[in-house]
Amino acid sequence: MRAFDYHQVADSEQAIEQAVRRRQAKYLGGGTNLVDLMRETVERPQTLIDVTRLSRDIDETAEGGLIIGAAATNAALAGDARIRSRYPLLSRAILSGASAQIRNMATVGGNLLQRTRCAYFYDVATRCNKREPGAGCDALEGFHRYHAILGTSSSCIATHPSDMAVALAALDARIHLRGPEGERQLAVTELHREPGERSDLEAELQPEELIVAVELPPLPMAVRSEYRKVRDRASYAFALVSVASMVELDGETIQNVRLALGGVGTRPWRAWRAEAALRGQPATEATFAAAVDAELAAARPLPGNAFKVELARRLMIAALSQRLSDARNGGDA
Amino acid sequence: MQWTINGQVREAEVDFRTSLLDLLREQFQLSGTKKGCNQGACGACTVLVDGERINACLALAVQYQGREITTVEGLAERGTLHPVQAAFIEHDGFQCGYCTPGQLCSAVGMAGEFERGLPSAVTQDLAAADLEWSRDELRERMSGNLCRCGAYNGIADAIAASLGKEVVR
Repeated sequence: MRAFDYHQVADSEQAIEQAVRRRQAKYLGGGTNLVDLMRETVERPQTLIDVTRLSRDIDETAEGGLIIGAAATNAALAGDARIRSRYPLLSRAILSGASAQIRNMATVGGNLLQRTRCAYFYDVATRCNKREPGAGCDALEGFHRYHAILGTSSSCIATHPSDMAVALAALDARIHLRGPEGERQLAVTELHREPGERSDLEAELQPEELIVAVELPPLPMAVRSEYRKVRDRASYAFALVSVASMVELDGETIQNVRLALGGVGTRPWRAWRAEAALRGQPATEATFAAAVDAELAAARPLPGNAFKVELARRLMIAALSQRLSDARNGGDA
Repeated sequence: MQWTINGQVREAEVDFRTSLLDLLREQFQLSGTKKGCNQGACGACTVLVDGERINACLALAVQYQGREITTVEGLAERGTLHPVQAAFIEHDGFQCGYCTPGQLCSAVGMAGEFERGLPSAVTQDLAAADLEWSRDELRERMSGNLCRCGAYNGIADAIAASLGKEVVR
């Protein structure tokens, strides 16, 4: 690990002030990803600004949603009674990721900005465009079982690893940012970039900008939401494919639907095409299949991860079918 | 810098790069906490901070100043083993023993999480206020602690016994 300077700050104003003054500064949350990357010398900040003392409160909003301080731990978020009852897919997504120890450390802001677990990104002896733009990508012809099939480019196929972010994408969460220029908000689905030719640029953030809160809009249909995850072992593993889903029926017609995918995208993948193909249509298996195929038509699999196309297809159809039977059985619950 | 470790206030000036794990082992000679993978994958370094379990290998010591840290050396009280420790002996919860300090601290942290009503990935009803212990709950909640000897059956038996409640299913 390279030497660095460390500053703990009490609020976002101090954090930004410090970040502007220091060279090569990074914000430090729980450290579960950044400390690991620093040890591998993939990350080499000269200054760490510890933002874990920022707000970790979870409060009601005037609109009937919730606003979560970026320093809230993943465990606190997953365990919150309001989130468990009103946004169960978010609790479920967080609890299906990492281990209890890591969830106790990791923050909400840090979870969103964690970096890919692509083994080539981690291994500084290999070529990686994300680590070093223009260097090439050893994953393309390497071991890419865990890599993306959606949103990829010829320079990067790294998967965004977060489960939480997939649930937030389905919920249309809003990210509250603060930077030297002031405050602004961003839809979580706009936060992460697709790699294109610059896979090193991952988030739509300005220099020194900091995530201060995540807002969940009110969403009654989220009460019957679900997060399904398929992985190589039953616990403590990243997703091969995961699906966040919720459906609202009007009789037998799909009135509203949210679908987002994990483990297959270069960013948390909101399935906009599938949603468009489902909305206003009869809730039948045939509709589901057509919608899922519309989404996956854009998939660009490689030999090592081609299985994910069929796996994602089956998982999405299974999730939609389950939502359908829940909606029929659950009434107004 | 200052920490409270197993009830004792300890001071040291260390490089910012020092992990909590290295602080415990190298600075304070508390070598009970083990370094396994040193990348947050195995749980051998699990300690309790203000009662909550974390991976000490991913924690920068500087970030945990002023906190109450409990290691495996701090579990026993006045020469009497913690119930989890006694249960590990009774139920053969180890073979080589390298993962054991992490398993013990993790089990203590897990029991606290359960008492506070924190659900897990296998909890059927997330909205339920009361949780029910099961083997699946126990295994899921302990998945952050690997045992390369594969002593999992003994570990699960020991932890189940230490909870003082019947763990069925």
